[in-house]
Amino acid sequence: MAWNRKLLRVDLSKGTCKAEPLNMEWAQEYLGQRGLATKYFVEEVDPKVDPLAPENKLIMTTGPLTGTVASTGGRYSVVTKGALTGAIACSNSGGYFGAELKFSGWDMIIFEGKSPKPVYLSIEDDKVELRDASHLWGKTVFQTEEIIKSSHQDPQIRVSSIGRSGENGVLFACVVNDLHRAAGRSGVGTVMGSKNLKAVAVRGKSGSGGALKDAKGFMAATKAAKKVLADNAVTGQGLPKYGTQVLMNVINEMGALPTRNHRDVQFEDARKISGEAMHEKRPTDGKTHLVTNAACFGCTIACGRISRIDETHFSVVNKPQYWGASGGLEYEAAWALGAANGVGDLEALQYVNVLCNEDGFDPITFGATIAAAMELYDLGILTKEQIGLEAPFGSAQALVELAQMTAQGIGFGKELGMGSARLCAKYGRPELSMGVKKQEFPAYDSRGIQGMGLGYATSNRGACHLRAYTVASEVLGIPVKTDPLVTEGKADLVKAFQDATSVFDSAGVCAFTTFAWSLADLQPQLDTACEGDWTMEKLALLGERIWNMERLFNNAAGFTAKDDDLPPRLKTEAAKTGPAKGLVNGIDKMRPEYYKARGWTPEGVPTKETLDRLGL
Amino acid sequence: MQKSLHIDANKCTGCLQCEMACSYENHGVFNISKSRIKVFNFEHAGRKVPYTCTQCSEAWCMTACPVDAIRIDAGTGAKAVHEDICVGCKVCTIACPFGTVNYIAETGKVQKCDLCGGEPACADACPTGAITYVDADWTGLDKMRAWAGKTDTQPRATA
Ligand code: SF4
Ligand code: SF4
Repeated sequence: MAWNRKLLRVDLSKGTCKAEPLNMEWAQEYLGQRGLATKYFVEEVDPKVDPLAPENKLIMTTGPLTGTVASTGGRYSVVTKGALTGAIACSNSGGYFGAELKFSGWDMIIFEGKSPKPVYLSIEDDKVELRDASHLWGKTVFQTEEIIKSSHQDPQIRVSSIGRSGENGVLFACVVNDLHRAAGRSGVGTVMGSKNLKAVAVRGKSGSGGALKDAKGFMAATKAAKKVLADNAVTGQGLPKYGTQVLMNVINEMGALPTRNHRDVQFEDARKISGEAMHEKRPTDGKTHLVTNAACFGCTIACGRISRIDETHFSVVNKPQYWGASGGLEYEAAWALGAANGVGDLEALQYVNVLCNEDGFDPITFGATIAAAMELYDLGILTKEQIGLEAPFGSAQALVELAQMTAQGIGFGKELGMGSARLCAKYGRPELSMGVKKQEFPAYDSRGIQGMGLGYATSNRGACHLRAYTVASEVLGIPVKTDPLVTEGKADLVKAFQDATSVFDSAGVCAFTTFAWSLADLQPQLDTACEGDWTMEKLALLGERIWNMERLFNNAAGFTAKDDDLPPRLKTEAAKTGPAKGLVNGIDKMRPEYYKARGWTPEGVPTKETLDRLGL
Repeated sequence: MQKSLHIDANKCTGCLQCEMACSYENHGVFNISKSRIKVFNFEHAGRKVPYTCTQCSEAWCMTACPVDAIRIDAGTGAKAVHEDICVGCKVCTIACPFGTVNYIAETGKVQKCDLCGGEPACADACPTGAITYVDADWTGLDKMRAWAGKTDTQPRATA
């Protein structure tokens, strides 16, 4: 079934759970997941709300293809106003939780208010109840999942939860499901923690698929689309073999691997932390770091990495609980924990990555915040006494200890928990935070990949690679090759990627399919699953509508064109090495072109004609 | 030629396309809780292992059934449950040492893999080749080839 046509509204203040019919008119205009949940959100929540106030809401949402045989059809998203950014947030996750939620007969869950004491939501199909979670409070994600599974005596329950960082107010806490998949960015886990909601446990035996619009057509369309993924070099070979880590050496060679808080654009130890290195035998134990690849629900790509840390590594000596196989490393985390800080120790990165999963905090923002702290230390603004240890660029020891402190919410970990924007502002150097709208950049330097700079600056959830992944075009030539070093044409490119990605995110499939799929591959799958007439034109307009809806929310929340900007370093300090040597990012040139392409005023406000055209 | 399901757990990624295909083929719904094949996730070992009925020659379930509801399909050799005869006594679920016969509360009958009448949906859906439908006499062929390859690359003991 494309939609279950049913949402669950949970009032945490009153402790009530209520079923509601899904607004099917909105479903035709916003599809599902990111689009539809954001529609509910903007209709119900004041844009000026304090993200951590009970009046903020948090929505867990599936798409029409979630829980079907469509490849990667297992995604769900968490939509709220982000604790880190104060902007609209939508963090997407794979694993099995999303499909299970769909199987339980619900399309989405809207959480409102704040529980007076810690609770978790238990869902077994129609049987829904808030249960006491005082025994889970203070526990990690890993412990929470284990305790819930054993107390329900059902190993097949799927759990999404926050770790200690979400409880402690770390502003970039995630919601983690299935142990190592996360709705990672913008502090959606912090919002969950502020509501005293520890976890959601779902078991769905009802299933989906009873009423596809055209079941036979759907089976054929999904089969054809799977073949496209299998035949594509990136989704058929590169991602299964190396995961997203296939990119480390490529991006480094392009001179677009931000290094030491973006002081450099190439990392001398990139090879050591690359996907290739994960396949090499370690001298210590003769084993490879990588154990196997793994898929999320329904995924025929299987980019996921399962690795095992070297038992003799300093980070895990005498800690056997970290010796088993666990999720990671993927490219963004390897970059943020590694190159961004100048740390070239693969085992240390994996250990910290596991801590991020275990206690639920975003490795991208965390790594980038360490990078900022290391620069402050390098400049003598932060001292050993303040941090509690020496923290020069490249120190794996500092990375490991600071990660432990952040996970547990102790010492300098509390300051790191604010994220780099607030940290750098506190110590008088706000310009050293490498991000947009208080959210840190991911793993692509926009001096070497110009389009990404515009994508970061205009992303509705703060700096992010998943809103407009122009790397596909500028680096890999998908769907057409564009020159990464120029600004020409990037306004239209970014707009096209932003709009198309909004559709993919709203369907319930993974963004990584877009290495191989265009909208034309997704369209037949949606059109055979979902009732209504899903033409290419309708989908293209829908993507643009979602983007503008998010923009309107942010504008009303107080964001202006000034916030669509990059830190001065990227605009004034040229890349020192590599193909982009001598270049800065041309954001000031691209921004007005982009506003024009979007049909917005020079102040970044959608014009009346644009809103009319989109039905907003 | 009789064929059987061949499972190579090393190739499995845990995508569950096989479970989805099974539930769709047999129940017309996407519902992995109704699948006759199950993929187990051994988290700390990093292993995913698909598991289903091996179609024993002298099937324990078939022998145990008091009403003769489990019979050999002449075409495939599968031990198939005849739902119209099954009385839901569950003796077969106890008899099967592997747990691959399961009771479905909704229908009051048991279900097990019947090789989909010779075109197993799981094997067709599996994107990695972890499940294949091969000549029953040669399920070991791939492993033999792999080991043979290793033997071949050994340097000779004497020159
Ligand atoms: S491509 Fe990777 S992240 Fe996306 S659904 Fe597949 S395994 Fe999950
Ligand atoms: S379809 Fe294949 S790879 Fe996917 S879970 Fe089943 S056996 Fe494993």
